[in-house]
Amino acid sequence: MAEKMAMAKAINESLRRALETDPKVLVMGEDVGKLGGVFRVTDGLQKDFGESRVIDTPLAESGIVGTAIGLALRGYRPVVEIQFDGFVFPAYDQIVTQLAKMHARSLGKVKMPVVVRIPYGGGIGAVEHHSESPEALFAHVAGLKIVSPSNASDAYWMMQQAIQSDDPVIYFEPKRRYWDKAEVDAEAIPAPLHKAQVVREGTDLTLAAYGPMVKLCQEVANAAAEEGKSLEVLDLRSVSPLDFDTIQASVEKTRRLVVVHEAPVFFGSGAEIAARITERCFFHLEAPVLRVGGYHAPYPPARLEEEYLPDLDRVLDAVDRSLAF
Amino acid sequence: MTVDSSAARKPRRSAAGKAGTTGSKAGTAGAKSGTAGNASGTTGTKRTTRTSRAAAKKSTEPELVQLLTPEGKRVKNAEYDAYVAGVTPEDLRGLYRDMVLTRRFDAEATALQRQGELGLWASLLGQEAAQIGSGRALRDDDYVFPTYREHGVAWCRGVDPTNLLGMFRGVNNGGWDPNSNNFQLYTIVIGSQTLHATGYAMGITKDGADSAVIAYFGDGASSQGDVAESFTFSAVYNAPVVFFCQNNQWAISEPTEKQSRVPLYQRAQGFGFPGVRVDGNDVLACLAVTRWALERARSGEGPTLVEAYTYRMGAHTTSDDPTRYRHDDERAAWEAKDPILRLRRYLEAANHADEGFFAELETESEALGKRVREAVRAMPDPDHFAIFENVYADGHALVDEERAQFAAYQASFADASEGGR
Ligand SMILES: Cc1ncc(C[n+]2csc(CCOP(=O)(O)OP(=O)(O)O)c2C)c(N)n1
Repeated sequence: MAEKMAMAKAINESLRRALETDPKVLVMGEDVGKLGGVFRVTDGLQKDFGESRVIDTPLAESGIVGTAIGLALRGYRPVVEIQFDGFVFPAYDQIVTQLAKMHARSLGKVKMPVVVRIPYGGGIGAVEHHSESPEALFAHVAGLKIVSPSNASDAYWMMQQAIQSDDPVIYFEPKRRYWDKAEVDAEAIPAPLHKAQVVREGTDLTLAAYGPMVKLCQEVANAAAEEGKSLEVLDLRSVSPLDFDTIQASVEKTRRLVVVHEAPVFFGSGAEIAARITERCFFHLEAPVLRVGGYHAPYPPARLEEEYLPDLDRVLDAVDRSLAF
Repeated sequence: MTVDSSAARKPRRSAAGKAGTTGSKAGTAGAKSGTAGNASGTTGTKRTTRTSRAAAKKSTEPELVQLLTPEGKRVKNAEYDAYVAGVTPEDLRGLYRDMVLTRRFDAEATALQRQGELGLWASLLGQEAAQIGSGRALRDDDYVFPTYREHGVAWCRGVDPTNLLGMFRGVNNGGWDPNSNNFQLYTIVIGSQTLHATGYAMGITKDGADSAVIAYFGDGASSQGDVAESFTFSAVYNAPVVFFCQNNQWAISEPTEKQSRVPLYQRAQGFGFPGVRVDGNDVLACLAVTRWALERARSGEGPTLVEAYTYRMGAHTTSDDPTRYRHDDERAAWEAKDPILRLRRYLEAANHADEGFFAELETESEALGKRVREAVRAMPDPDHFAIFENVYADGHALVDEERAQFAAYQASFADASEGGR
């Protein structure tokens, strides 16, 4: 049953399946209907499921998330789209002050099965506010779950699992990987939503990444292999919760860890990983945990983004530095 | 976008190159038009919304302020004629020239995007009258808060059009000093700037000055909380601000009906200030109505909402594909109301412009196109260290540290190319 498809298509198929199987699932957002979304992730869904299930919303992010909360209170399972990373902030208030806390405040009586889809990250030559990686801003907030698939198959399955989750899930879609194809098996038994995966085995050093950076890390491991270095690559898949057990097991084997993400390094998810792994693996580590990511600067204009984003050389550089300890 | 990177550095390793990709594939072509008949997006809706929307629309049509018909006939208007009473034939030719040159600039930018020189372009095609009419109503000491499509207003403010292209080319995130022409930077996050405009206007009041502020936004933006909050603040503090909403009928794929059940200008009433709908393709009416609104602002009467009823003739941006959600015949109907054509008809009928004027303008227009083309192609990529520039006004230890690391890293490539590594 496996079929090769692009990540955008895989998410589309996953949404389709959810709409088919559960009448309570709704898809909401700007341009998600007739246009099928600016990335065509929701293409054709309104045509097949109608305007009451696939809803073109007014241009108001706070409104989109706020009404999704209300719909969830009423028993629906909204999957809302924020058109681009930089436009989630009008909705940030609703996500942080309301969506994240409703379950706790109701003493567990209220469930918030809301999925917030956010195409994120750079590398597509876009203008301002279209290339950011704000995951750490959400990970800091208790009550939210944060995931990011790196390939079409995970995108498909993680969307199913996110929709089934009774907690709010912020589902970060690596937009520069939307057109990358992979086998998607709709009959498979998927890995748990918050479990990290070893996507390449190695012995000399562990590279940990999620979303758009997993592919890069695989390329790095290939390049390093040519130089005789054996790198293990982890696809973390989930930023909150983070699967520290899988990272720990890998680090106990390789004794070195480099974390790679696009977001700024300062106070980023790599910082949390470095701190915890240092705590867990202090006596196993041969080098400090290193991080590769964005700078403490606004995401730059398109012609500078290649300098800003982690690339093969920058990750290899960190690998060299780690191995030199 | 195409990146002819001027980076001198060579990758140390031969393996896979940069992650750089071509521009967003969001606007893949070749899609078919949507379902037939109804462009207002009500297909398949139930219950009473359809009729109430239609009724609302019908009852408001006559309230559109118009001074020039699409045929170019001057029509009398008891309320607004006074605001254009002093407009001379020379002024009219000036408005015409502004619109023609703005359209030429816009066409050139669209072409440059197609040639890969710009990453993206947001065309103003069809909205020239709304922008030039309102822009020419402003005084030098007024302050403009635009979105990302206000190229005609920028023109009126004396911002060199080539400066508008940097952010679309991807060499900067702004490109001009907002205070040198009282023209704020383009704002991409929808609606944010209406609050900045209100705050600026509150400052004017505090200073006892008599300038005014104008905030531009779209029909889609009118749904944002920020816009509602700016209405609230401006009303409460009686701020001298004109909210200039260009209702170009679409917010990407969503028609205005997906944002509001009442005509947008009527929203002002609920906040306690006047709203007026003007024919956004009529430059004279836009000039008159904006002057009226600015005068109110200056004389302490507070905010006004102007809804310029117009049409976005092109795609939302160059990565949009309007054939997926709207029909060609809709555009054709609006083409008949073209803002430039209508003023030309009037100028010719009134003998306000001769062949020579139009021919000269054509030459000027070509020259502008050439200048823009050359300027864009000559636009250098930013220095790599620009990433770390202006992050803070006072400096920051972390930025300094990262800049130094970046420099050392860059230097390692120079060593490598000399065989040092
Ligand atoms: C907060 C926010 N949400 C979404 C977007 C993406 N977006 C860019 S333009 C646009 C439509 C805007 O429509 P409108 O306000 O009518 O202005 P127009 O572009 O038609 O002039 C959308 C949804 C954005 N820029 N900012």
